[in-house]
Amino acid sequence: MTEGVPAPALERPVALVDLLDRVLAGGVVVSGELTLSIADVDLVHISLRTLLSSITALRPADE
Amino acid sequence: MSEHGCWLYAVTGKAVPAPPRGVAGETPRCVEAAGLVAVVGDVPLDSFGQDALYRNLEDLDWLSRVARAHDAVIATLPTVVPIRLATVYRDDARVREVLEQRAADFHRALRRVTGRTEWGVKVFAVPEPVPAAASARPESGTAYLARRRAALSRRERLEQRAAEQARDVHIGLAALAVASCDHPLQNRALAGEHTRMVRNLAYLVADDRAPAFADAVTACDQRSDAIRVQLTGPWPPYSFAALEEP
Repeated sequence: MTEGVPAPALERPVALVDLLDRVLAGGVVVSGELTLSIADVDLVHISLRTLLSSITALRPADE
Repeated sequence: MSEHGCWLYAVTGKAVPAPPRGVAGETPRCVEAAGLVAVVGDVPLDSFGQDALYRNLEDLDWLSRVARAHDAVIATLPTVVPIRLATVYRDDARVREVLEQRAADFHRALRRVTGRTEWGVKVFAVPEPVPAAASARPESGTAYLARRRAALSRRERLEQRAAEQARDVHIGLAALAVASCDHPLQNRALAGEHTRMVRNLAYLVADDRAPAFADAVTACDQRSDAIRVQLTGPWPPYSFAALEEP
């Protein structure tokens, strides 16, 4: 369900696909009680898997 | 016991004014430890707990709203290490613990991104010219094969030229940047693009070089006949904030 998720207060004109490249594959991964790794995300169903097919683990240039 | 979790948006160096509403409509707040400030939001676990998240992430509208809200909070913070979407802790004490355990890494990551901004550069192949309409007259098998071969080698040449020009673009832009990173290519349908993506790049650029960088992207786009070069951003440094593994 989608309750409790308002539209963000600040909306920059950002394409969703560019944003997902970054928020799902970029950003710092720290161990949480609940951190979705890309492998975890792969477990969710087909609609998202299609979306994620373009988003795999990030390869930072400095590592 | 708690029915709320602590959604982690970002880590920064000093306390910040209240950012806009967060992923659950909550007002994000700061948790401080080890000279660091974590920007967190209290999110109900019936929507943001593990099972609920798996369910909700299948809903593209939900994912889209949450991703945009996550980004909107991060984008208000001037110097920031963004945290990957869907990182949820039990309580503030656990967040403080992480700040303390990883303090050196977070401080190093903050130094790396201070005064710098991420820019995205997407490179697309210019579509092939539409082949001349097949003649209405019947064509001999040999003529057909020759035409097919010519079309294939024309396509190969175009693809090769696109790849070469993309490489030159990257070399030029990397010289203006502090660091760069290759994202996986985007799915054409999702990107809403009609042409093939050749590179999906991100650069970390010093803020005083941002105008020169943007000009260089425009120049690359105009100079290259086989590719289209598109700038996105500014972005929080999502692609360059990785901590070294502990």
